[in-house]
Amino acid sequence: MKYVDEYRDRAQAEGCARAIAAITTRPWSIMEVCGGQTHSIVRYGIDELLPEKLTLLHGPGCPVCVTPLELIDKALRIAARPEVIFCSFGDMLRVPGSGGDLFSVKAQGGDVRIVYSPLDALKLARENPQRQVVFFAVGFETTAPANAMAVFQAHAQKIANFSVLVSHVLVPPAIEALLSAPDNRTQAFLAAGHVCTVMGFEEYLPLAKKYRVPIVVTGFEPLDILQGILMCVRQLEEGRAEVENQYTRSVKREGNRPAQELMAKVFRVVARKWRGVGEIPRSGFGLRDEFAAHDAEARFGLVDYHVDEDSECISGQVLRGVRKPRECPAFGGRCTPERPLGATMVSSEGACAAYYQYRRHEQTSITAGKRS
Amino acid sequence: MADALNFAANCPLPLGNQDHVTLAHGGGGRMMHNLLERIVIPAFGNQPLASRHDGAVLDVGKGRLAFTTDSYVVHPLFFPGGDIGTLAVTGTVNDLAMCGARPLALSAGFIIEEGLPIATLERVVASMAATARAASVNIVTGDTKVVDRGKGDGLFVNTAGVGVVEHALCIAPTSVRAGDAILCSGDVGRHGVAVMAVREGLQFDSTIETDCAPLADPVLALIAARIEVHCLRDLTRGGLATSLIEIAESSRLHLAIDESAIAIDETVSGACEILGLDPLYLANEGRFVAFVPAAQAAEALEVLHGHAVSAGAACIGTVSESPAALVALKSRIGTRRILDMHSGEQLPRIC
Repeated sequence: MKYVDEYRDRAQAEGCARAIAAITTRPWSIMEVCGGQTHSIVRYGIDELLPEKLTLLHGPGCPVCVTPLELIDKALRIAARPEVIFCSFGDMLRVPGSGGDLFSVKAQGGDVRIVYSPLDALKLARENPQRQVVFFAVGFETTAPANAMAVFQAHAQKIANFSVLVSHVLVPPAIEALLSAPDNRTQAFLAAGHVCTVMGFEEYLPLAKKYRVPIVVTGFEPLDILQGILMCVRQLEEGRAEVENQYTRSVKREGNRPAQELMAKVFRVVARKWRGVGEIPRSGFGLRDEFAAHDAEARFGLVDYHVDEDSECISGQVLRGVRKPRECPAFGGRCTPERPLGATMVSSEGACAAYYQYRRHEQTSITAGKRS
Repeated sequence: MADALNFAANCPLPLGNQDHVTLAHGGGGRMMHNLLERIVIPAFGNQPLASRHDGAVLDVGKGRLAFTTDSYVVHPLFFPGGDIGTLAVTGTVNDLAMCGARPLALSAGFIIEEGLPIATLERVVASMAATARAASVNIVTGDTKVVDRGKGDGLFVNTAGVGVVEHALCIAPTSVRAGDAILCSGDVGRHGVAVMAVREGLQFDSTIETDCAPLADPVLALIAARIEVHCLRDLTRGGLATSLIEIAESSRLHLAIDESAIAIDETVSGACEILGLDPLYLANEGRFVAFVPAAQAAEALEVLHGHAVSAGAACIGTVSESPAALVALKSRIGTRRILDMHSGEQLPRIC
């Protein structure tokens, strides 16, 4: 397939891996921010191609994983209401709240539907004027423009029965929270290519400078990731801390201006809770006052609803790269994709799910090997 | 007067030339009789069915009997390249073929929701008849029930099938041996994407059609060519990956497969990229894997290439004793990963 197969070429991947090995003289820890990159790494076994001195840490960039329990519970409560058609992207349906997930609400008679675009949810609202249509607006800067567009159109077309449950989070404040934490191990970042396609990368320049950390905007295919790692290692070895762009076929320095303008029209920057991490100031989006009529939390009286998170799940430490999924005592035992303790085991982009799906057997064979 | 009105409202009397199925069509009376006589029996026309008996009496000849059943609840009923009728025939024919059996006869059970357009039923029955003809099998007995509106999803179909096993091979996962070659009969993932595209209203540059097709011919050709077939499996729900994982687990053997040898249509592959789906786990309705001794792999491929439905067959991997009873995929970039069973249906991702 054009523009995909080229980035999965074996000879080039091996060449890139050799180049990384050739310039790596010291141990370095590099974090890929985005869950999509985590999955590519584990799925293609990219870490197996790297020298032992390099450690890849898996970052907080999975929108499903970082959505706080509180918001999942709010979604469950809204979705269970008889007048509501609750629309969500597919991978939110298995995320466990305090009492079940959206699938179980659906099984009990809730009208929960998978949509591929928030505009599909808006269409449902138009077609079902007697019902309340709620869209679960989850995601990073990548999904925010489409969600902003849905709210903007609902407002302009006076579609009063459409509202959004907003849980938008932003990458740069999360990177800053990681870097300023006392247990930070990350020395360089692969920034998320799709987020930067929307936002550009100017907002990363002060972070690289302030924390002396290389940041390379990186794509999602195996060759993208290997090249991003090569660029990070080169900077680390040379003592540079700059923002570089590996994903030039998609990302421009200034990003997508019309998308940014639309987001700014509909959303304002607010403090957001991150699952397993806690509240980060100025780390997400909320609706501006002009669009408050489309706020599902207000519409269904859930603004002051609060929930504390489970203490056994270490997803917060996994999301900050402090611990690997396999270091969790519950991994693969009390916590599996069928019975997840936390969202990192559920989402297709979650680090725990990636390790469970692609690496679980290796752990078994390693253990078996030791025994023999 | 009030009584007369109530009577009229409650009585499922036939109303003449209806174009929708009503509860009366399931009542066992004249309307049901007409429905069967007008639509079902002429479409499937064959001697055992024409006898209008409670069951069919079949001439089996020599050999062992293979017997299978499957129910079809696909939504939507129609999709590019097929419909619930084509699925209901090919699915059961293919299950028989995977036993190495020559399909002999099928039964067809219809559970119809009140209100289904008669034209829809006619279309489904016609494609069942056409598919059965293509698979050289007769639909010889059946059943029809009508359920209240809201108690079904338009139309459910159950088919059962019998086939004759005319060889002495034991075709089963437990017959797989180290040293076997794993042959896959064509590209994978088309049915899953075709159905999802219609169900979810997704549009791609070119329409993706289901691969739905009967597989008995290429399988019987393998056996006729004296290929020592150890195991066959059609790649339905769960796709290639799940089928191979099940075989690795039952045979307690290691299956090593090569990602670059597995064919995936370019549009299917593009759809999977957009939706975050893994084509190896998507459903197929006209694809199978065959485990044969490596020494016969080339000959088996030649046989498969002689049939349109398996013209794209390729060797995708090999079987060995060690290291473990699981499926290892060599990725395009040369690394290795273990294929694991998914816990449920794949869900399209956020971004």
